[in-house]
Amino acid sequence: MSETTEQAIHDAVNQDYKYGFVTDIDTDSIPPGLNEETIRTISGKKNEPEFLLEWRLKAYRHWLKMKEPTWPHVKYNPVNFQEIVYFSAPKSNKDGPKSLDEVDPKLLETYEKLGIPLHERARLAGVAVDAVFDSVSVGTTFKDQLAEQGILFCSFSEAVREHPELIRKYLGTVVPYTDNFYAALNSAVFSDGSFCFIPKGVRCPMDLSTYFRINAANTGQFERTLIVAEEGSSVSYLEGCTAPMRDENQLHAAVVELVALDRAEIKYSTVQNWYPGDEEGKGGIYNFVTKRGAARGYKSKISWTQVETGSAITWKYPSVLLQGDQSVGEFYSVALTNNYQQADTGTKMIHIGKDTRSTIISKGISAGKGQNSYRGLVRFMKGAENARNYSQCDSLLLGNKCGAHTFPYIEVKNPSAKVEHEATTSKIGEDQIFYCNQRGISTQDAVNMIVNGFCKEVFKKLPMEFAVEAQALLGVSLEGSVG
Amino acid sequence: MSSETLLEINKLKAGINGQAILKGIDLTVNAGEVHAIMGPNGSGKSTLAQVLVGREEYEVSEGKVTYQGKDLLDMSVEDRAREGVFLAFQYPVEIPGVNGTYFLRAAYNEQRKYRGEEELDAVDFLALVKEKMKVLELPPTLLQRPVNEGFSGGEKKRNEIFQMAVLEPTLAILDETDSGLDIDALKTVAEGVNKLKNSRNAQIVITHYQRLLNYIVPDFVHVLYDGKLIKSGGRELALELEERGYDWVVAEASSTAALAS
Ligand SMILES: Nc1ncnc2c1ncn2[C@@H]1O[C@H](COP(=O)(O)OP(=O)(O)OP(=O)(O)O)[C@@H](O)[C@H]1O
Ligand SMILES: [Mg+2]
Repeated sequence: MSETTEQAIHDAVNQDYKYGFVTDIDTDSIPPGLNEETIRTISGKKNEPEFLLEWRLKAYRHWLKMKEPTWPHVKYNPVNFQEIVYFSAPKSNKDGPKSLDEVDPKLLETYEKLGIPLHERARLAGVAVDAVFDSVSVGTTFKDQLAEQGILFCSFSEAVREHPELIRKYLGTVVPYTDNFYAALNSAVFSDGSFCFIPKGVRCPMDLSTYFRINAANTGQFERTLIVAEEGSSVSYLEGCTAPMRDENQLHAAVVELVALDRAEIKYSTVQNWYPGDEEGKGGIYNFVTKRGAARGYKSKISWTQVETGSAITWKYPSVLLQGDQSVGEFYSVALTNNYQQADTGTKMIHIGKDTRSTIISKGISAGKGQNSYRGLVRFMKGAENARNYSQCDSLLLGNKCGAHTFPYIEVKNPSAKVEHEATTSKIGEDQIFYCNQRGISTQDAVNMIVNGFCKEVFKKLPMEFAVEAQALLGVSLEGSVG
Repeated sequence: MSSETLLEINKLKAGINGQAILKGIDLTVNAGEVHAIMGPNGSGKSTLAQVLVGREEYEVSEGKVTYQGKDLLDMSVEDRAREGVFLAFQYPVEIPGVNGTYFLRAAYNEQRKYRGEEELDAVDFLALVKEKMKVLELPPTLLQRPVNEGFSGGEKKRNEIFQMAVLEPTLAILDETDSGLDIDALKTVAEGVNKLKNSRNAQIVITHYQRLLNYIVPDFVHVLYDGKLIKSGGRELALELEERGYDWVVAEASSTAALAS
């Protein structure tokens, strides 16, 4: 590929990170470092009940015995866990604002700049937002309206205070603290996150969403999200994330747990746009996340849709445990890696119940020197009679210096299982760009068009407002297919 | 000169990686004219086409190309296209995932934006497409598929001419559009091309076979040999070439060259 085309493709996929600003705000932070005292401090700051502190300490003691995983197809300098600040909160928020009117205007302004207005006048129509800034939630919109239908949507800390019985019942039941290195760390030090509870038979009338923002330097973000959908209920949940541009890497190690009971449906969508680091690979977020849903009930359904464009390193496998008979698991993913970004992402579908079905559609885009790996596990347990999986993994390469890798694992312990796996790799070459140019279409538009066409199947699964954001993120213009 | 000069190529030399391919081309194309370029494999026909539309891996070492009074070689690839220069590729490229109609509308609207005209919306564009489709008897399903993806060789060629019909270029260069077409397709494509012809535009048709020139009747036929246009004539030259091959033209050219030196 010639220099100029390489450059043009580079320009087309490299747009400035728009969310790299820092909010200048006084914070209440604890000193860096991690020991049992750190955990007691965090728990104390939140006035947590004893059971939770105990749980955290057990997780911490377990974590001490664990090793960082080395199997992902990513390379990075080891994280020094003693250099990280484990708790940082905007000062004015110490006791938690009673309502959004009490939230520091600087914070409201920050979210406004990020396109997430929180105040009454300009709220996103039809979406309730929980805004998490560094370690704490700064406010949740539409809370009262949702409460009228019995829906609980609040920060994790508030849920611990107000609904400890629910937390106790569900916390760690999908992702136990012993699950993996980062899940254990998160369980020990998690600071905040979102909690949603949809009672029996209620269809949540609006999308629920959490917007995560890392602001403070040298701070790790360890949030925890728990969503419980009772029998016959349904909810669509969106998650967005950004961080300032900094030269140091920052760690984000979240845990998300979903529980769907009989005939309940949870749709979880993520547009992940953490700061990816600069063009030389300096800085950026380490995004080591454990997301798992338990489709516990009969005919329950859990669907993950993710658009991963940010982070220096992404290590993430949203999974579904298909426990209930006839339960359904879905995973739709677009992961883009550019410059020195690395992504090792995919899913796990664990078929436990009878007649369970799962679908995996993964689209990996690599540009610059980006390395993109799909890692997927489809497992059929003994009792998973007549279970089915369909997997499709497509890779798109932009240029010659990037890479795409696919690691599918299939384990079948029940002979009635049916598995279908398809994989393709295509490349945006000079010839395609030239062809578009010769028809009057600029290189930028050509790349957008091809990338957008490539991701179409996944974008279709996103809620409308998110789809628009996702497309803008990939630098693509809407492809209104005619006819 | 009776009509307006569209394209003027002057002493054009171009090559790749220091290897000369075009060794001094002179050609003038006026509005309303059809020029055929013939010549043996590897003589530089596609290279000439690619240089005119701005393929950057070919280095132009000498010469000048004026298009509608402007320096063509100075323009970006996109702008040449928006100015009405169109190449029907010898090997059209597949663009996976991009719907054919969507692609063509994007191209069409780029031209309109360039001319300061309003963009056409999906509904109006679809009407235009339907009308052009009739002319070329193109199966409508082709346009609902990704651009050229999985098209047969002949379908790809027809799709090129279909794009030409929609974009209505001022200067169209057809690089071996006839190869790969069956006899019926050849007729439809040629009829399509003829219908697009008018007194304000021009066509350069690259071909190996005089058969195409039965349908697309050229005003001039040129022989490109080893990077030079060594002979020009009327359409009867194509018939003669078909009958006698290129040797005699080459011999004639070298003896003239010898006489001249
Ligand atoms: N990208 C390239 N790299 C190296 N050599 C090239 C390249 N493009 C063209 N050439 C060489 O230049 C010469 C002319 O090629 P060109 O494709 O223009 O011929 P042509 O007249 O179109 O032939 P054909 O009738 O086979 O289509 C050939 O010797 C070819 O190998
Ligand atoms: Mg050729």
